[in-house]
Amino acid sequence: MLAIPPSAEIATSLWHALVACPLFWPGATLAAYGAGLTAQRRLGNMALANPVLIAILLLAGLLRATGTPYSAYFAGAQPVHLLLGPATVALAVPLVAALPLLRRSLSGVVLGLVVGTIASVAGGLLLVRAFGGTPSLALSMAPKGVTTPIAMALAQNLGGLPPVTASLAIASGILVAITATPVLRLCRISDWRAHGLAAGTAGSGVAAAHALGRHEIAGAFAGLAVGLNGLVTALLAAPIARLCGF
Amino acid sequence: MLKGFLLLIAAQLAGIGLQAVARLPVPGPVIGMFLLALLLAQRPRVRTVGLEQIAGGLLRHMGLLFVPAGVGLIDHLDLLRTEALPLVAGLAGSTLLSLVATALVMQWHDKLPSLVKGGFHARHSSVR
Repeated sequence: MLAIPPSAEIATSLWHALVACPLFWPGATLAAYGAGLTAQRRLGNMALANPVLIAILLLAGLLRATGTPYSAYFAGAQPVHLLLGPATVALAVPLVAALPLLRRSLSGVVLGLVVGTIASVAGGLLLVRAFGGTPSLALSMAPKGVTTPIAMALAQNLGGLPPVTASLAIASGILVAITATPVLRLCRISDWRAHGLAAGTAGSGVAAAHALGRHEIAGAFAGLAVGLNGLVTALLAAPIARLCGF
Repeated sequence: MLKGFLLLIAAQLAGIGLQAVARLPVPGPVIGMFLLALLLAQRPRVRTVGLEQIAGGLLRHMGLLFVPAGVGLIDHLDLLRTEALPLVAGLAGSTLLSLVATALVMQWHDKLPSLVKGGFHARHSSVR
């Protein structure tokens, strides 16, 4: 007679077979992100329902439930992670497309970007320290205003924690998407170019997408700000951190 | 599209090489972005190699690409717990500060009397 193993044993051997496949973790990552996109669409494109945050939460739950260490997941998800570099380089395409806007209001845009970048980086470093945070958190906070892949690379260079920076970058984008309109109205900002530039500088991609939904000019300047802010922050983050005593 | 992807990789490797040789404090892929932007601004015809399709595809789902690194947050959950106050204060304070400062500077700059700006440019052109 054929001996049927207990169902728990079947489940365990099935899990080991699946997780040994190199496609398992890239597939799980894709599925989690897809679920995040669907959830966001169902919730009426609400800024708070960010697909990346939803995917991170789902995968964190899966890793915890299966007792998988992060290092094993990250090694398995390398095919997805490796594309982050070329995607960062690809940001040059929308940046160059937005350059004609820059030519028309060059000095205002550059001045606004530089002041906004200093406020974001120095403000983050000094506020974290003032409220008793560790240098590691402060340096993870410093580059959070720029688009996530650049922010993570800068955090690595500065001595911060890239995963923490990624979450902070997304959270700041959500914060800007929710607060930009009332806050800027309170400050009597009537210029849509200033509105978009500010949203893109403070909140990067998440906020830029939101700005585009509100006003075409604001969206264009937000896109320009995201690209240029990556460059300005890359150049200024390390000197600002040194000036602030980190 | 294949050539477009190759161009992205080449720009990233050039950025990494430049960073290593010149010991720049800027990450290699960011230097690569800058190099590619310079190339595109100088030679717009470069984009005909299918760069726009591959760049569009990567950027449309860029969020997916930082999920693997983002999940690393689970190794730092104690930091979120023990430093919740500096985290929230630093995030909200610096983000709103940056938002307001950028908008005010750009709006003030554009509302400067054109006379002042005209005077500035006139002075500069008279130097030439």
